[in-house]
Amino acid sequence: MSKTNKKFLYVNRKAPHGSIYALEAIEVVLIGAAFEQQVSLAFLDDGVYQIARGQNTKQIGTKNFANIFKALGDYDVRTMYVEKESLAERGLDVSDLMEITHDTDDAEDLPSIQLVDRAEMARIMADQDVILSY
Amino acid sequence: MKFGIVVNEGPYTHQASDTAWNFTRAALEAGHEIVRVFFYHDGVNNATRLTVPPQDDRNIQKNWSELGEKHGLDMIVCIAAAQRRGILDADEAKRQGKDSDNIAPGFRISGLGQLIDAGIVADRLVTFGD
Repeated sequence: MSKTNKKFLYVNRKAPHGSIYALEAIEVVLIGAAFEQQVSLAFLDDGVYQIARGQNTKQIGTKNFANIFKALGDYDVRTMYVEKESLAERGLDVSDLMEITHDTDDAEDLPSIQLVDRAEMARIMADQDVILSY
Repeated sequence: MKFGIVVNEGPYTHQASDTAWNFTRAALEAGHEIVRVFFYHDGVNNATRLTVPPQDDRNIQKNWSELGEKHGLDMIVCIAAAQRRGILDADEAKRQGKDSDNIAPGFRISGLGQLIDAGIVADRLVTFGD
């Protein structure tokens, strides 16, 4: 396994259901966790719906994988950037999102979601080594 | 430069696979290294040898297989994405109790770890398709 430590950003731009991209993206995040890279996630455009509260897929017969995001702290995913403008454009605010936390060596239940504006998101992207966008 | 290539779209519906193939060919001709070509999402459909395009059209699967053979490319099809979409090699077909396999020459089935590894090893990971 490669030992280099790189910054990986997974960019989630699509709604959780209606296409398979969100589900297959989270599969990459889970597998990628074993590689001990610096991983963060970004949610923009309809991707913000992936971490919306109260998802229920019963009537469309697809897998509800929303809770996987809550478990990502255990995979050392500590940062989830959410674009402010994408939320606002959809009439959402942070109270519509799930509470997602992570633990560090020093503290427990730290919030993983960080609201950033569009310009800041661009800077975050520019700072990455590898971007996988779905 | 070392490139990793990610193909996220199947053949024909979108241009992504053609563009990825042209990019890969051009990069190799320019003396760059291709560390891996990784097929994900509907991109796994590029790896079936059962496609029969019209004779006056390009054969995208054959293009990949021939390029792979010529340059010894590591062309990986994601196993999870492939199983969902019915792309199987002989071992998987046997393991899953299916009556045939369909993977084309030059492709091999492996895990998503190969995508992450390509991101780590390559100087640039270039994605084609959504």
